Amino acid sequence: MGTNKNKRISREEVEHVAWLAHVNVSEEEKDAFTEQFNKILGFFRKIDEADTEGVPPTYQVLDLVNVQRLDEVGESLPKDESLRNAPRKEERFFKSPRIV
Amino acid sequence: MPKPYELSATEAATKIKSQELMSEEYLHSIFERIKEAEGKVHAFVTLVEEKALAKAKETDNNIRKRRKTGVLAGVPVAVKDNICTRGVLTTCSSRMLRDYVPPYDAAVVERLSGEGAVVVGKTNMDEYAMGTTTETSFFGATRNPWNQRKVPGGSSGGSAAAVAAGEAPLALGSDTGGSIRCPASYCSVAGLKPTYGLISRYGLISYGNSLEQIGPLAGNVQDLALLLSVISGHDGRDSTSADLPTKDYTALLGKGIKGLRVGVPQEFLGEGVEEGVKDSVWKAIKKLESLGCAYEELSIPSMGYALAAYYIVAMSEASSNLARYDGLRYGFREERDEGDWATVYAADRKEGFGTEVRRRIILGTYALSAGYYDQYYLKALKVRTILRRDFEKAFRSFDVLVGPTMPLLPFSLGEKIDDPLTLYMCDILTVPANLTGCPAVSVPCGFRDGLPIGLQIMGKPFDEEKILQVAHAFEQNTEHHLRKPNI
Repeated sequence: MGTNKNKRISREEVEHVAWLAHVNVSEEEKDAFTEQFNKILGFFRKIDEADTEGVPPTYQVLDLVNVQRLDEVGESLPKDESLRNAPRKEERFFKSPRIV
Repeated sequence: MPKPYELSATEAATKIKSQELMSEEYLHSIFERIKEAEGKVHAFVTLVEEKALAKAKETDNNIRKRRKTGVLAGVPVAVKDNICTRGVLTTCSSRMLRDYVPPYDAAVVERLSGEGAVVVGKTNMDEYAMGTTTETSFFGATRNPWNQRKVPGGSSGGSAAAVAAGEAPLALGSDTGGSIRCPASYCSVAGLKPTYGLISRYGLISYGNSLEQIGPLAGNVQDLALLLSVISGHDGRDSTSADLPTKDYTALLGKGIKGLRVGVPQEFLGEGVEEGVKDSVWKAIKKLESLGCAYEELSIPSMGYALAAYYIVAMSEASSNLARYDGLRYGFREERDEGDWATVYAADRKEGFGTEVRRRIILGTYALSAGYYDQYYLKALKVRTILRRDFEKAFRSFDVLVGPTMPLLPFSLGEKIDDPLTLYMCDILTVPANLTGCPAVSVPCGFRDGLPIGLQIMGKPFDEEKILQVAHAFEQNTEHHLRKPNI
């Protein structure tokens, strides 16, 4: 997507990405973040200069591939231990806000 | 006679085993020291005095009865607050996890207990380990024991400050982009970022999971190697854990370093590095030369892209790792009339996370989003490959690479916190080890205006023994590590 090059990020985009990330941002923060993000992204674009033609990405540095183990049932946490840190619970369930 | 809290971990462990020192007496001395220093330093989020003293008593009893004890029997350790401790608050210095009590121990904590170490408390950090100063903690900043107006470095600032101030001889930190080495440098202690995969991350609260490792901090290299030996080793619960036999990392200490080839990357001593820092580091390089090493300058051309690539990868991983904080199973959830899930989730994450954490989540989401993925995230991963190749090439000619740990001396609290990019720039010399997976250690190498300077020694993957050998030789032939802050 070469068309994105050097494009400034707008306040509306910051709002939109914050929404995608499920993180609320105050009105003042939207202004501050917009300015800071433009500086930071401008700095990030430094990597555009690197010649990465034919270079594969490094997702992780170990040469491990698909570490597997036997599907054996191990010990699991007792119910009350699992629920101990839940801010809201009912009987033996985590209580979620309305989903639909 | 030094007070017990002034002993090194190695000395203390020996004295406890020979019953020359009771672990209980030692722990009393440590907690007295903590009470003396904490008001000035604020290294801890949580202290567990009662539990620690009970464990110390038990240790003394076992030794008296000649029962088998571990290599760290009765020795106190401070643990960074992003490492899970069963039954003890683990907050990540965040409001989000303010009340979180893990139902299990991290693998490293199990190993510590297995060798008889006593956890004294959980140390302060930048919120979710995202920072270079320990100022973003929800519980307030940690201060540098050498000068309380200065930052201690971060994000493991509490761990480094605790060791420097004599509040614990050993500490665990985590290092995603320099978070062990930076505070080690700024507080004049030793700190190691191990090779990616050497230490189990099971029970470490994830931030940048392809970059980070748990690692040791200590007052000297012998103690550092001892702690590393205890916490390293394969663990099936971490799928990125390397399946290698365990080692005694103290074995090569004291062996000469004559003939070792030391590389000095020009990019580590160029523009942006303070004169006082350059000076001390060059003196350190000459010291290594006087000990029989041959040094040579080299260039790592991709260094110019390392910092940008690092922050793109770290933020992208952060946005994914922190998506789990939904306030359901654990974490902050405000009392309110609940709306739909998405509204509640986004609102609680605003209240639960601080500004820097949200900044990174949003930027990471941006770098991973459709239309920008190739330009930022994928490009950064390709740059990571180039950097790895450059370091691999360098390690074909050199046993270790050395340079400063930090480009700047410890700066003032509040000085850079409002300008994120300027703060990110401070990590330029530490992030390469995380992007490449290489081990790197920081050891004290001097002072300027009463503020500490750290020497960074990098090695090739799984060559911890060699960098520790060099660090130890340097330390034993200099006196910087013997200086203690007046606190």
